[in-house]
Amino acid sequence: MKLSTVIEMKGISKSFPGIKANDDINLSVEKGEIHVLLGENGAGKSTLMNILYGLYQPDEGQIFIKGKAARISNPNVAISLGIGMVHQHFMLVEPFTVAENIVLGSEPKKGTSLDLDKAIKDVEELSKKYELKVDAKSLISDISVGMQQRVEILKTLYRGADILIFDEPTAVLTPQEIEELGVIMESLVSQGKTIILITHKLKEVMAMSDRVTIIRRGKVIDTLNTKETDIDELAEKMVGRKVNLHVEKLEKASDTPVLEVKGLKALDSRGLEAVKGVDFEVRSGEILGIAGVDGNGQTQLIQAITGLQKLTAGEVLLNGKEITGLPPKDVIDSGVGHIPEDRHKRGLILNYTLAENSILGSHKNKKFKSKFGLSYPKIREHARRLIKEFDVRTPNENVEARSLSGGNQQKLIIAREVDRDPSLCIAAQPTRGLDVGAIEFVHKRLVELRDSGKAVLLVSLELDEIMSLSDRIAVMYDGKIVDIVDAKDATEKKLGILMAGGSIQAEK
Amino acid sequence: MENRTSEFKIRMQKNTKAIAYPLIAILLSFIVGGIIVAAFGNDPINAYKAMFKGSLGSWSNFGETLVSVTPLILTGLAVAFAFRCGLFNIGAEGQFIIGAISSVWAGWAFTGLPAIIHIPIVLLVGAFAGGIWGGIVGWLKAKFGSHEVINSIMMNYIAMYLSNFIVMNLMNEPDKAFSFAIADTAKLYRFAESITIFKGSRVHIGIVIALIVAVFAYYLLNKTVRGYEVRAVGFNPHAAEYGGINVPHNVVFAMFVSGMFAGLAGAIMVTGVQFRANNLFGFTGYGFDGIAVALVGNNHPIGVILSAFLFGVLQKGGPMMQLQGVPKEVVGIIQGIIILFVAVNFVKVLIENYTEKKNSKKSIAKGEVK
Repeated sequence: MKLSTVIEMKGISKSFPGIKANDDINLSVEKGEIHVLLGENGAGKSTLMNILYGLYQPDEGQIFIKGKAARISNPNVAISLGIGMVHQHFMLVEPFTVAENIVLGSEPKKGTSLDLDKAIKDVEELSKKYELKVDAKSLISDISVGMQQRVEILKTLYRGADILIFDEPTAVLTPQEIEELGVIMESLVSQGKTIILITHKLKEVMAMSDRVTIIRRGKVIDTLNTKETDIDELAEKMVGRKVNLHVEKLEKASDTPVLEVKGLKALDSRGLEAVKGVDFEVRSGEILGIAGVDGNGQTQLIQAITGLQKLTAGEVLLNGKEITGLPPKDVIDSGVGHIPEDRHKRGLILNYTLAENSILGSHKNKKFKSKFGLSYPKIREHARRLIKEFDVRTPNENVEARSLSGGNQQKLIIAREVDRDPSLCIAAQPTRGLDVGAIEFVHKRLVELRDSGKAVLLVSLELDEIMSLSDRIAVMYDGKIVDIVDAKDATEKKLGILMAGGSIQAEK
Repeated sequence: MENRTSEFKIRMQKNTKAIAYPLIAILLSFIVGGIIVAAFGNDPINAYKAMFKGSLGSWSNFGETLVSVTPLILTGLAVAFAFRCGLFNIGAEGQFIIGAISSVWAGWAFTGLPAIIHIPIVLLVGAFAGGIWGGIVGWLKAKFGSHEVINSIMMNYIAMYLSNFIVMNLMNEPDKAFSFAIADTAKLYRFAESITIFKGSRVHIGIVIALIVAVFAYYLLNKTVRGYEVRAVGFNPHAAEYGGINVPHNVVFAMFVSGMFAGLAGAIMVTGVQFRANNLFGFTGYGFDGIAVALVGNNHPIGVILSAFLFGVLQKGGPMMQLQGVPKEVVGIIQGIIILFVAVNFVKVLIENYTEKKNSKKSIAKGEVK
């Protein structure tokens, strides 16, 4: 066993201004295993892997690759040592073909020009050898996300990688694609490759790995054999305390629709139809979850409802009153709270203080005014109350929003939106990029809203989140809602088929 | 109570920093300027002495300095206000010219009014005309998304030639390259009329108006709902839109107010100093200097006052340096260096990098991990 250690990182430390991202980390990876680096956002997993890939230099510590000390000063060194990285955000040139992308940077040449025929041949051979199905001649912009990921994998293999680092590879995939990825990884390992998988998703750890190293706040907490542990233990080690992963919900039944959407159509920024006629309703006291892979019209749907973009057809009713096409201000005033999917772009003005942010959207409200203009004492008092009630961790209400962590920024947004007492709350990817503790908090608040008789429209790419929170689940694919199922009858498999555009009837 | 005092402390710290960085930059640029003066074979100490003496050395020199500070405060505010809404108003020059020519008309056309009524009318007409000139640019941006920089530059030329046309054809003083003069009731009060120490300088009540406008701009930006919206649009138009703020509306508004400030500057130059409009052979420079004033003043009304003062000193003191044998061009170079030093903000970056490093070392030593 000892002989086959391919990567040994000893005493790695790395600091950034104000943060010690890695603190005396030891990691050893055996040949032919799938080794998970598990940790919350900001725990230091990516930093560690960026050091291994030569993007950062460690302040202290040594790296041994296949027993030999290595100084990895840049990614080219890492590649020559057989290390490859499959990035979370694909680094692909969209107007190029699959083959062109794969050979990019180490192109086969005929004289001075690119030997495209050889490139295609090479790619096809490689694709056959590792059973990674790709179409060498199609353009990246035309192929599915799953196939794009296979292209990324082939890219590393083409450069001769035998140690592959996967950075959060499942974030963009449907459940079926995740399963396929599992198979791909198994087959890579069986052909002698070694895989390091960075993730914060516990289920994947259990399903895909041999061993797992848990990192918390820059330190290694433990390394475990996956077979000898379970989800609860991993969660506790990752967060540092007992975590309640199960969302408690009371049965709530109501037939009063709060939001009704009828035949809604909307375009995307390129002018193509992104929402192609959508009908649904959200009732009071329920959470309607919209499941779907990113980019299937969810963003445009929400923007059209909240007045942030024009809709081309259809109507939107709130409590029976038409709010179709109203400007955002009127939508807010009619009782819609909105936790936007991109909190930096939409949800906050990062240069504004927490106090100033706490009134965004209700800044014209009389209660924040004095005789001559805005009353900052009143605004600050309002912010202090929200900060206290929603446990936003901040020195005070006068710091800029940008200085807060993602979780606390999100708490502030939720506090602001919930405090307005809306009859409908739209939560778009409310837990994106948050750690487990903050996720727990956000989920609790959403369920509380529901229990108090509000309607909640939840849009999320995380299927687990949709399944544990929703009362009913609408699945969106290619701008349409393919089906709305009761959460009790929903299984991951069923939703996965719908998310990929299939229908359950056809399956039967 | 404790909360309040600490809050006050934080704010003071922030303000001191905001003032200290440009100050250090100005100091450094003076040193570099001194080296250049020395390189031209002159004594830098004497040159600077002459400059400060010429601009601040006597009450009348100080008064003359204030004469050039006055329009600079207003054009600086114009650029700064638009900038806080995320707009780069290069058109303060044109708005200044339009404000000036309009106020000449108002100063001439209304007769028989008492000064107390005539002056406000003239100033308002100038401000309003400048506001329209700026507002057009804002409207073009809001309606068609066309870029305010290009449009405001073009509007500068239109303003200049339009003004010249009016001066030479419609309001021409026969056989002269300027317009006829405004009525006496439209002329601003000059301090020299009753304060003898200002004798020999043209300093007028306009400086007080400019300071009041600066305070007004500060209040409007920081203490009103409208200011909240303007700044929100400037920082992040997407979030502003999400928060129910009408972005196009605020763009037009900010350009209008910006144009008003610049137009008022033109009106004050007419009613306080020139009493007429000249046929322009080139731009007056007040509007363009306003860009630099705003930049050095960090787009903050109080900062704008201070930096306008600095520019006034340079403008008035420059010729005195020339008397000491320093070429006029070198004076211009020093001005450029100051703007460059302040604009690149390198002092801030250097100091923050330094303290950040120190802090991170400290926190690592304590074993803290964020």
